[in-house]
Amino acid sequence: MNTLASAPVPAPTLAAITGAGVLQLLIYLAVLLALVKPLGWFMARVLEGKAGEAPLGLGRALGLLERGIYAICGVRTNAENRPVETGWKPYAAGILVFNALGFIAVFALQRLQHMLPANPAGLGSVEASSAFNTAISFATNTNWQGYGGESTMSYLTQMLGLGVQNVLSAATGIAVLAALIRGLARRSSATIGNCWADLTRVTLYILLPLSAVLALALVSQGVVQTFRGPQEVALIVPLSPATSDGVAVTTQTIPLGPAASQIAIKQLGTNGGGFFNVNSAHPLENPTALSNFLQALAILLIPAALCWTFGEMVRDRRQGWAVLAAMLVIFVPLLTAAYALEARGNPAIAAFGVDTTASLGELGGNMEGKEARFGVVNSALWAAATTAASNGSVNSMHDSFTPLGGLIPMWLMQLGEVVFGGAGSGLYGMLMFVIVAVFVAGLMVGRAPEYLGKKIEPFEMKMAMVCVLVPCAIVLVGTAVAVLIPEGNTTSNPGPHGFSQILYAFSSAGNNNGSAFAGLAANTPFYNIALGLAMWFSRFWIIVPVLAVAGSLAAKRVSPMTSGTLPTHTPVFVLMLVAVVVIVGALTFVPALALGPVVEHLQLVSK
Amino acid sequence: MLTHLRPALVLFVLLSLITGVVYPIVITAVAQVAYADKANGSIIVDADGKPIGSSLIGQEFGTSDPASALRLATWFWGRPSATAPVPYTALNLDKGTGSSGSNLAPTNPALLDNIKARIAALDAADASVGIVRVASGSPSRTSAVPVDLVTASASGLDPHISPAAAEYQVPRVAKARGLTEDAVRALVREHTQGRALGVLGEPVVNVFALNQSLATFRGDDDDGSIR
Repeated sequence: MNTLASAPVPAPTLAAITGAGVLQLLIYLAVLLALVKPLGWFMARVLEGKAGEAPLGLGRALGLLERGIYAICGVRTNAENRPVETGWKPYAAGILVFNALGFIAVFALQRLQHMLPANPAGLGSVEASSAFNTAISFATNTNWQGYGGESTMSYLTQMLGLGVQNVLSAATGIAVLAALIRGLARRSSATIGNCWADLTRVTLYILLPLSAVLALALVSQGVVQTFRGPQEVALIVPLSPATSDGVAVTTQTIPLGPAASQIAIKQLGTNGGGFFNVNSAHPLENPTALSNFLQALAILLIPAALCWTFGEMVRDRRQGWAVLAAMLVIFVPLLTAAYALEARGNPAIAAFGVDTTASLGELGGNMEGKEARFGVVNSALWAAATTAASNGSVNSMHDSFTPLGGLIPMWLMQLGEVVFGGAGSGLYGMLMFVIVAVFVAGLMVGRAPEYLGKKIEPFEMKMAMVCVLVPCAIVLVGTAVAVLIPEGNTTSNPGPHGFSQILYAFSSAGNNNGSAFAGLAANTPFYNIALGLAMWFSRFWIIVPVLAVAGSLAAKRVSPMTSGTLPTHTPVFVLMLVAVVVIVGALTFVPALALGPVVEHLQLVSK
Repeated sequence: MLTHLRPALVLFVLLSLITGVVYPIVITAVAQVAYADKANGSIIVDADGKPIGSSLIGQEFGTSDPASALRLATWFWGRPSATAPVPYTALNLDKGTGSSGSNLAPTNPALLDNIKARIAALDAADASVGIVRVASGSPSRTSAVPVDLVTASASGLDPHISPAAAEYQVPRVAKARGLTEDAVRALVREHTQGRALGVLGEPVVNVFALNQSLATFRGDDDDGSIR
């Protein structure tokens, strides 16, 4: 609390960031990077089918379960009792059928939940367009949410529908990545793996054990995990009878549910779909600074560690480091900027005599839509991590961020969710950018482009360009349609921020992120269907081309390294890759961003 | 396509059962044994065993209406809440509402109006016990309002405020209850949590817990019947 001599309008400066804040960012990055190698190494073993061969303990038990599953499912095995591998087309067909089943199951559960068990709050059937949107959303690892969890979904729908897709959509992403890595690693091979084996192994050995550990850690912090229905409590101070209905409010109803088990996989699998409406801002979904740290760590853990897995599987760890380095080169500056911008706060509020400067015991910064226990720094860290990864969970309301503070999560999504990105999908997306980067580099030095000894030919380039351009087109065309028709105008904020809300929605759906400028009323037939289609196309119009590239690369011979080969593990190549990602993202989206957040920023500072 | 259907269907059912039934039930069983209180919402009960709240979920003690501010001067006010139909609605099944932020943009005039109203309500509560924060005839304040006291939380259920926001209210609550500032300050300190592990998050004061102990504070026979 400062005593002020005159009307306080503090000049916004970068000094708004605090040492305690920077220290938290550094701890986060240090712990994340320390876990990359052990987890990455373990995931490589899983994807190479070695995890179930452990002679004792949990590994042996899971190995028996794995082989039992293959037997029941009728997965064909060879003489060594290993699943028979296939080419890319059967692999892709399997993935598509499997994900279509996920869509059908989630849709059906929502529509029928009023007749099914585990519905203590007695919630009704979910409206059709909302159920369509949610089913696609969870099957595509997006977890865009047009509904409020506590007031819409029964416990059964949450567990058996949404919870299952949290695991299986993440397993799908990692499986497709594994197929692409095999394509790069193998020589003259007709096969890229067995999709059923990949899905089963990723689920059993990676996602479930990590989720179980994280879920129990979260319960220890206060995240609820129960099948009891909502708990009614008497308020200490009843609200006076001046409410809109004229009725005195004397009680509060506290929603409960099997939340921790779902929140763990929602974070680890880069899903992001909250159990409660406000996601990880809810005190029962993310109660403490420690639960927040663990959840934020879980956002980037698997996408970052998969870079090591990649290096391990192509037998050249430097390649994994190079890709991880490129991600960090983009992520760290944007993270720092988001923190600095939010810590500066809202000058329009400061003009009323509100202290927006952080000091000891004083939060400062832009606290609208943020929780006190997280403060500005953990809100900005989460916003950057959740949009760098295609997670989309939130612990603060991005809609209330400062204009440029909100631009950063939006642009991180628009970069194509390749800076860490989704579980598996981030790295396979980034490897498509790598193909573009070696092609561009090849043009510059006048040599045929190669990556890891594989010649990059027109087919790979075409497929990579599809992967790069599909999300861009979906975002821009979707936004353009929404602003042109009256059904799209459901924004809650006036002026350029209203446009930002629409642009954010399509950036999120078109890149399978799932976070929102949540003031947009998106639970309407138009947005449910438009965003549903955006999520579907951006997921599977990338997965199929990626698998096609995997099949094509697997069949190629490896050409020997010569003095003219472009090395792809050097700082020069890392910068080349960063430049390609940033230039594509900037050229495509700067005009749209200029109409939204940039105009709003100028309005704010010119007042 | 048909050759894919059987493995796809059977694998989908098996993995659904493992991840959607076995996994949550096992976690629930362990959680109910190891952390029974926390797994069920950290519910606080009063002396009679009646549940009076969750230690993690805030309740409304403040207002943005200057007219109601006088009645509430004896309580510490928490974060403003944007939930519907009333602040700090954790779940309202009739209206289909629950946790919510305001989602107001920093440039939205409605946000600025809300903040002005909240400052006016705080000033009215202070004025009711003779504390003046605004010099008469001057637009400038003698003390700035901590930002978390006038901005809506993300969840609408935030149980915490910053130590600065609590300190800002200590003189008012002390005067309104006829206590010394030091006694109230000691109570605030009791309900202040530092950063997790000394570094993570922000130091915060649990408003719900603070007001709960204020209601039963020794030498204070006020049990909330002031309303």
